[in-house]
Amino acid sequence: MIQIEYMLIISAVMMCAGIFGFITRRSTLAVLLSIELMLNSADLNFAVFNRMCNFGGNEGYLFSVFAIAIAAAESAVAIAIMINIYRMLKGIQVDKLEKMKG
Amino acid sequence: MTIDYSQFLSMSEEVSLLAVVLVLFIADLFACGKEERALACAGGDDTACGCPCGGHVRALLPVVLLLAQTIFILCNINTNAAAVSSAFGGMYESSGMMTALKATLNVGAIIVFLMSSKWLGAAENRIKQGEFYTVTLFTLLGMYFMISSGHFLMFFIGLELASIPMTALIAYDKKRTESAEAGAKFILLALFSAALLLYGISLLYGAAGTLYFSKMASMPVNLLSILGLVLFISGMGFKISLVPFHLWTADTYEGAPTPVTAFLSVISKGSAAFVLFTILAKVFGTGTGFFGLWSVGFFWIIVVSITVANLFAIRQKNLKRFMAFSAISQAGYLVLAVMGVTEQGMAALVFYLLVYLAANLGAFAVIHVVEQNSGKVGIDDYNGLYKTNPKLAFLMTLCLFSLAGIPPFAGFFSKFFVFMAAFNAGYYLLVFIALVNTVISLYYYLLIVKAMYIKENDSPIAAFTSDCGTRAALVLCTVGVILLGLVSAFYDGLSHLAGIAL
Repeated sequence: MIQIEYMLIISAVMMCAGIFGFITRRSTLAVLLSIELMLNSADLNFAVFNRMCNFGGNEGYLFSVFAIAIAAAESAVAIAIMINIYRMLKGIQVDKLEKMKG
Repeated sequence: MTIDYSQFLSMSEEVSLLAVVLVLFIADLFACGKEERALACAGGDDTACGCPCGGHVRALLPVVLLLAQTIFILCNINTNAAAVSSAFGGMYESSGMMTALKATLNVGAIIVFLMSSKWLGAAENRIKQGEFYTVTLFTLLGMYFMISSGHFLMFFIGLELASIPMTALIAYDKKRTESAEAGAKFILLALFSAALLLYGISLLYGAAGTLYFSKMASMPVNLLSILGLVLFISGMGFKISLVPFHLWTADTYEGAPTPVTAFLSVISKGSAAFVLFTILAKVFGTGTGFFGLWSVGFFWIIVVSITVANLFAIRQKNLKRFMAFSAISQAGYLVLAVMGVTEQGMAALVFYLLVYLAANLGAFAVIHVVEQNSGKVGIDDYNGLYKTNPKLAFLMTLCLFSLAGIPPFAGFFSKFFVFMAAFNAGYYLLVFIALVNTVISLYYYLLIVKAMYIKENDSPIAAFTSDCGTRAALVLCTVGVILLGLVSAFYDGLSHLAGIAL
């Protein structure tokens, strides 16, 4: 019997891996992938809670469907901006994005 | 299962705004013929555009429509205590206070449209002028849904509908590297904060078993729900740009086109602060075990936000960066009204937002018109502005005084009400720290005034006449800065509405 804790540990590991990737990766595309990992871990949580706890209804499933759609929209905009940056700077490494500094 | 379509009538504000967006979208489609458009854009010549509707009409239409929509929602404002309307099984809720806030945001959007009219009519922006209006109003629609949400799903969709088009606006200057860089930084951090927020909501779902605000108050206080609360607050902290989560703010504000920065600094921040208030009041309110936890958390967040932002603002050289740190510090004051989640706090929050909107948009209108006419945004470039452009320098001074909170202007009254709300809720030390910081903020706002009036400059910004749109925006802001504080009807009305809402 698979317990709910196992699922939650998987999603927590995914979340931490995403945060780690967000901080350490040098390519903005890899950063974007790390963020997708974080978003997916939250989606997994919704599905797990809905499936394993007796909450009734499909609130968690529905939430994850909407969250996936929103994440797709955000990625599309992010990639569009990155294409624009690539055209101007000939690269999408994070260290190219340092024209403005405080 | 069937939907009762009459429920859409209770969300008349959102439906009317959507109608405005669609009308603008279609009007943009037919505004100019394709060839004429290409010609006008290639030539960059106003008269070459043979279409019947010139730049002025295209800039005027969104302002008129949005004004009509604002009047429409203000006429239908719900002042009846018994009728806090809800639709779709509690997903959507609306009260008079929310309507008042939406009308406030609308006024802000109108001022932004007015100040950007000339910039949008310029040759390189003419072809995407319609997109600016549509995309801006879509962010506004997202904020509407976020404000009126009664369920975390609605809240999350609204939040993202507000922040995704915002990214497109920040990266609006396609040919300028700073704009694209600001857009990239904004979207990466917005996505990061959205992921944290989503994870927090999923934990709250696990703890409560539901996501309706009204049913979540009975949630048990355990590790799961506390972690959810912390992640929720940090996600909101990114949106309001409070201090540990503020790292994107300065770069994004500097790189974005100035009208977009103005929109971001007031409207996006204000709606997020209000939603933070409603969710904290409904889900983690005074009766629950969470109240003490987040009170302590926000105590430190506010202290750090106001103090650190003030100290950073002093050493800025670029005026837009300066305004970014000023906006972080103002966000601290805005969240001060959330402490205690009282009726008085809610009225103070919306009133503070209204006054902040007038003062900050006024300052940004001056920055924008100076940038358009001379290309300068450095603080040192403003040396001697009074000699060449006395009126602009004077209006800028009024707005900065209001931001600092000097008595005859509205900023004093809004700060006073916020302090009073926090004081009555029992946060004496916090109010004291905020008061001390008001003095520090006065120092750096006066630095700008000193630059404009006292410092000598060999090559000051040349004298210029500003366009009608900017003038209209500045008039609106100045009237707001002077009258909002002196006419007590505004605050009375808001505190009446707050009494109904809570």
